[in-house]
Amino acid sequence: MLEIKNLHVEVGGQKILKGLNLTINDGEVHAIMGPNGAGKSTLSYAICGKPGYEITDGSVTFKGKNFLELEASERAGEGVFLGFQYPVEIPGVSNINFLRAAINSVRKYRNEGEMAAGDFLKLIRSKAAELEMDPEMLKRAVNVGFSGGEKKRNEMVQMSMLDPILAVLDETDSGLDIDALRIVADGINRMRCPEKSILVITHYQRLLDYVVPDFVHVLANGKIVKSGDKTLAIRLEKEGYAGLGIEENAA
Amino acid sequence: MVSTLETRQAVEEISGEYKYGFVTDIETVKAPKGLSEEVIRFISAKKDEPAWLLDWRLKSYKKWLKMEEPDWAMLDYEKPNFQDIYYYAAPKSADDRPKSLDEVDPELLKTYEKLGISLQEQEVLSGVAVDIVFDSVSVATTFRKALKEKGVIFCSISEAARDYPALMKKYLGSVVPAADNFYATLNSAVFTDGTFVYIPKGVRCPMELSTYFRINEANTGQFERTLIIADDNSYVSYLEGCTAPMRDENQLHAAVVEIVVLDEAEVKYSTVQNWYPGDKNGVGGIYNFVTKRAACRGLNSKVSWTQVETGSAITWKYPSCILQGDGSVGEFYSVAITNNYQQADTGTKMIHIGKNTSSTIISKGISAGKAQNIYRGLVKVMPNAENTRNFTQCDSLLIGDECGAHTVPYIEAKNPTSQIEHEATTSKISDEQLFYCLQRGLDVEESVSLIVNGFCKEVMQQLPMEFAVEAQKLLGISLEGSVG
Repeated sequence: MLEIKNLHVEVGGQKILKGLNLTINDGEVHAIMGPNGAGKSTLSYAICGKPGYEITDGSVTFKGKNFLELEASERAGEGVFLGFQYPVEIPGVSNINFLRAAINSVRKYRNEGEMAAGDFLKLIRSKAAELEMDPEMLKRAVNVGFSGGEKKRNEMVQMSMLDPILAVLDETDSGLDIDALRIVADGINRMRCPEKSILVITHYQRLLDYVVPDFVHVLANGKIVKSGDKTLAIRLEKEGYAGLGIEENAA
Repeated sequence: MVSTLETRQAVEEISGEYKYGFVTDIETVKAPKGLSEEVIRFISAKKDEPAWLLDWRLKSYKKWLKMEEPDWAMLDYEKPNFQDIYYYAAPKSADDRPKSLDEVDPELLKTYEKLGISLQEQEVLSGVAVDIVFDSVSVATTFRKALKEKGVIFCSISEAARDYPALMKKYLGSVVPAADNFYATLNSAVFTDGTFVYIPKGVRCPMELSTYFRINEANTGQFERTLIIADDNSYVSYLEGCTAPMRDENQLHAAVVEIVVLDEAEVKYSTVQNWYPGDKNGVGGIYNFVTKRAACRGLNSKVSWTQVETGSAITWKYPSCILQGDGSVGEFYSVAITNNYQQADTGTKMIHIGKNTSSTIISKGISAGKAQNIYRGLVKVMPNAENTRNFTQCDSLLIGDECGAHTVPYIEAKNPTSQIEHEATTSKISDEQLFYCLQRGLDVEESVSLIVNGFCKEVMQQLPMEFAVEAQKLLGISLEGSVG
């Protein structure tokens, strides 16, 4: 599904990713862990095409398409969703209007007609209920005045509405209490199926207790330095990066 | 009517003199270029006006000759050459006033359709009565019958001058005096058409009244004059919307709008202004120098201005409220968008004269490209205005780093019991906001439109439904190409 080869990324002239390789097949859940400043968020932005993230070498292929030729919104149209570490606020735009605009843009990209207002409302209410979100919050402006946990839950509502093929979740677990973590993990697990894949970026093993990954990678100094199965995450938690011989390179 | 004969004779004389000056190509009749007493007499005669109105025009003209164009606004433009403008142009078919749409020149109707203003559709679907000003003369008026049953008068100001002289004499120039300011005085001398509205005592106008202004002829200055009178305990919501085709020359537009609100009456005046802003390099575009003012003369009178200003190369406009009656209320909700080389110096004046008067100002300025956006507002509390309140909020949004936003509030409080609040913010559309939208599948234009509409929400929700959808689209269209 997603094939990243020898990816080099610079931000503002600074080299962040230095030859990263990663292959994610259909139906797989991958977790990426790593010390601060290793380039975890940069990887998620490079996949999703954030302006300002310059690809100096390498390739990103999604479903056989050269992703680097597509704009960020086109990549979203192809079915990639990014759960943001820090979801931004958009004053004056209600969650409902925002999602409706997003869904119809994606459908337009896929040459599908707009979703009928009634169907949309039914869908969003059921998704909000699944994630135990107060339906009143759908009427509030996107992330404005939301707590950290509410923002993350809102990301999950957006994800389930947009129904992506690949979800890249950047520290979706941070800022969540244990109940919210379970609800969000359930949301992620509902997405799991043989056709869909998930890339989880996290600092902590605890999310991986709920969302059990097929593969765990350690990202350090711009490269993946170690890969393994879920036991690698457990080892990391116990022994730390230093225990695995990985230098902390907090940038 | 002797006076009319006189003016007709005068015109005949001019006609001889300007035999080859008249441009009569296709369907338009124009007065000769330039401004003179003769041109004013010509306009007045064309309109079949009573003598008092011609006198009023001529007096205004004489005052105007002694006035100087103001330059205190934060605007940079080439001053218009007033002798290089046509002051009168009317579709020829207006000589034979159409009784219904079937009689309207099909070419005109086609133009309206291109603008998305289908009269037939509007009649049937929205129940809006429309008085269209096409190059200065109303060519079609609808729903007049339904309004007449309620006693509402909704007609062109020329008709009002002939048919309702008492109301016209009493109120014309009573809010914006003939010598008020340079452009208002010019308008008083040469206004060619506009709308007259009278809502009788105790009547709630059964529909939104709407006028679509449109400038069509190159180099035709537009000088509309609007007069709205809301008698005791009445209510009316008035919509003004404008579009203009692409032009290279600057076109001058100097309208005057006067509103009189009496005891317990309320007027809601909404504008969507979308005139040609000039091209990306700042060539062409409309000069929009407008005087709009409402007088709340009665007890608990209320007036509410809502404006969405997206067009024009230059906008110079301060819809104001004179809160004279005790307990009267003035509101001003404004969105002003400037892109490329557009300049806007706009705001409001709230003059508190009566006791317990209150005013609210919500202004949202959006700047993109190399544009300049200025909020200029006055809140004035007179010595006898006990217990007045004002709340002002001015928010500016910048897109890119070559544009400017300025806030110039004037506050003059002469009564110690008054409460005045002023809040102002300036923000930018952040890269993070933009990427968030892009990642959800919205393209750049949709994202900007969404963020800007959110920013303007408090103002947009004041617009009547008929306008809200159109205005939302406009915000996006106006900012096309401003990002990325």
